[in-house]
Amino acid sequence: MKKPLTRTAIGFTAALGVAVLVAGCSSGSTAAPSGDYEAAASDLTAKITYGVWDQTQVDAIDANIAEFNKEYPNIDVNVNVTPWDSYWPKLQTQASSNTLPDLFWMNGPNFQTYGAADKLEPITGEVKADAIDPANYPAALNDLYTIDGVQYGVPKDYDTIGLWYNSDIFEKAGVALPTDDWTWDDFDAAASAISTALAGDGIYGAAGGMDGQTTYYNTIFQAGGEVISDDGKTSGFDSAATEKGLQFWTDLIDSGASPSIQQLSDTPAIQWFTSGKLGMLWSGSWSRTAVADSEFADVINVAALPHDEEQATVIHGVSNVVAASGKNKQAAQALQVFLASKEAQQQQGDMGAVIPAFTGTQQAFVDSAPNVNLQVFVDATEYARPYPVSANTAEWNAFENELLPDAFSGTVTVEEAAKSLAEKMNTVLAK
Amino acid sequence: MTTGSTRIRSVPAKAPRLRRGGAAARRDGFWPWLFVLPLLGGIGLFYLWPIIQTAYFSFTEWGVFGGNTWSGLDNYVRLFADPQLYSALGNTLLYTAIVLLGIPIAVYLASLLNTPGLRFASFYRVLFFLPYVAMPTAVAMVWRIIFNGDFGILNYVLSLVGIDGPYWTSTPGFAMLAVAIVGLWSSLGFSMIILAAGLKNIPPELYEAAELDGATPWRRFTSVTVPLLTPSIFFVLIITTISSFQLFDLLYALLGSSNPVLPKSMSLVYFFYSQGFVSNDKGYAAAIAMVIFLIIGVVTLLQFRFQKRWVNND
Repeated sequence: MKKPLTRTAIGFTAALGVAVLVAGCSSGSTAAPSGDYEAAASDLTAKITYGVWDQTQVDAIDANIAEFNKEYPNIDVNVNVTPWDSYWPKLQTQASSNTLPDLFWMNGPNFQTYGAADKLEPITGEVKADAIDPANYPAALNDLYTIDGVQYGVPKDYDTIGLWYNSDIFEKAGVALPTDDWTWDDFDAAASAISTALAGDGIYGAAGGMDGQTTYYNTIFQAGGEVISDDGKTSGFDSAATEKGLQFWTDLIDSGASPSIQQLSDTPAIQWFTSGKLGMLWSGSWSRTAVADSEFADVINVAALPHDEEQATVIHGVSNVVAASGKNKQAAQALQVFLASKEAQQQQGDMGAVIPAFTGTQQAFVDSAPNVNLQVFVDATEYARPYPVSANTAEWNAFENELLPDAFSGTVTVEEAAKSLAEKMNTVLAK
Repeated sequence: MTTGSTRIRSVPAKAPRLRRGGAAARRDGFWPWLFVLPLLGGIGLFYLWPIIQTAYFSFTEWGVFGGNTWSGLDNYVRLFADPQLYSALGNTLLYTAIVLLGIPIAVYLASLLNTPGLRFASFYRVLFFLPYVAMPTAVAMVWRIIFNGDFGILNYVLSLVGIDGPYWTSTPGFAMLAVAIVGLWSSLGFSMIILAAGLKNIPPELYEAAELDGATPWRRFTSVTVPLLTPSIFFVLIITTISSFQLFDLLYALLGSSNPVLPKSMSLVYFFYSQGFVSNDKGYAAAIAMVIFLIIGVVTLLQFRFQKRWVNND
């Protein structure tokens, strides 16, 4: 009796192991994107998940969904909030096992990874059926969510970059306030004048570049250069115009108009600015909240970025995408279409969540701080350039973080850093 | 010395019983297995199986969303030619070396805490242990403020004695030192608790005898405390080395992911993280994980090899 029992035990354990093996391999059910769309009937019954990362927008989203449910009372939407830091690792795992939320937020740097791997449903069908019209959103944002002429995401909101300034500091230093038609030279002169005049108070005129979106991507575009070619296949860092855009920041730091790179990594530029130690800050429309919360809120205003060869700013925005593997695609698309509508985006803007992407719904954002010229960020869409991305953005972003700080601090020349950055970037782009 | 001799006798006495236990297992058939199955299953599923999988994946190339193809030794060939590996290894060794300096300090502090008649002993013990139970992220937040080059308290104190402090967390070299100082400080509490338990096992008669022989406190410390504490010191050494080799969260939180010195101050595990979860190169990351696994294994094995020379095991 005993021996067979032992054998049973071994058999059982082995079976368990096999079961685990099988379970590990059974996640391969692939669902290819079809690009089909058929408007859902108003009595469609479904349960769908909407994946987002920003808790502060949930009230506005809930309001949107309440409106949506007037049209589709039987579609039950579960809003799933995952904090930013774990949103992407989680999404990656979900995409690997084809368990993505039915509808979810996508950003520029990650979009192509998901789009190229057929994880997202194109909006082609919805556009054909006139349910969504891309012309209602800034062109640069549509471009951001398009691969090979196929658009996957519907812009939900956007942010652009402006020149925030502390008028108190300008007054104390006796420097004229920034205007919307400033050139690089005007900016440099003002920054140096402030740093010189107020050195005793530890106040600087402006802060150098640490992060592309708010600083050197803008100057690269303004100088007529590019970060990456339009087809996303080659690096733009080895062009003379791009180097000029980087040199701008090296010179700013070198002239003493900006704190050093070390000072800026210890204390980020936004903190210098909101503590009244910085005259000007290149930053996005999102800084509105940080500025409003600071004790200098009354003296802070914003102007358009200074220009060089051309006027330019980086635009980025979140979009809503439908998972290709979703079981309730029709319901998910119904919600995607609803959230793309003027009414839904107007509601988002009125509740102060973000700058909505739908043209003509931005007034609520502009009015949210009457003393600050927030119109700058809306007008910027006319000359805005899409946030530079490719199929594997994160990989070359890591090279930027590795190589550019040495160029900004003057340890190596901009040319040298840009050349080796372009070389490294091209190897990962060729993959 | 009677207590000592009973302890020695009890060791061989255990061995035959163990052997009889083996025979019992054979006789009892599958029942014992049934009882350990939940634990065995858990360990197998969540520890052993992932290790086997990682070993397998280190020979494959991954797509971003899974789907791997066999690539043989490619990952390892690439890894051993990658300068990042050696710089990460160097940084990790430097960190480990500095943190290990905390062990002598912990031995000394633990023996001070063990002074008979010390008032508020448990209060001090809690004080030293607190950093160990605090979240590394929270600890790092506070230390970041302390280390701040322009406005930090550390540089302020240094300036009082005429030293112009560096930008601790944003200067290559100093950044690793800053991380190691915090690592040393936060591991002190754990080491001290283990060592304090070891100290309690040293029979007080030995100290009395030493005192009668006219030994100074220092001599009692070096000739009685330290030799009899070596098993505990050995345990602390192993645990500290392993956890130092796994340095990640402290570095990540203290330096911040966009810090320009980070690429020059990577630890092995950070290197693994950046390849696996930032660059999405999971096969390559698996190879790094296997190398870390082997390094820790070899170092631990060597420590066990050499312990016979200095650890007092009776």
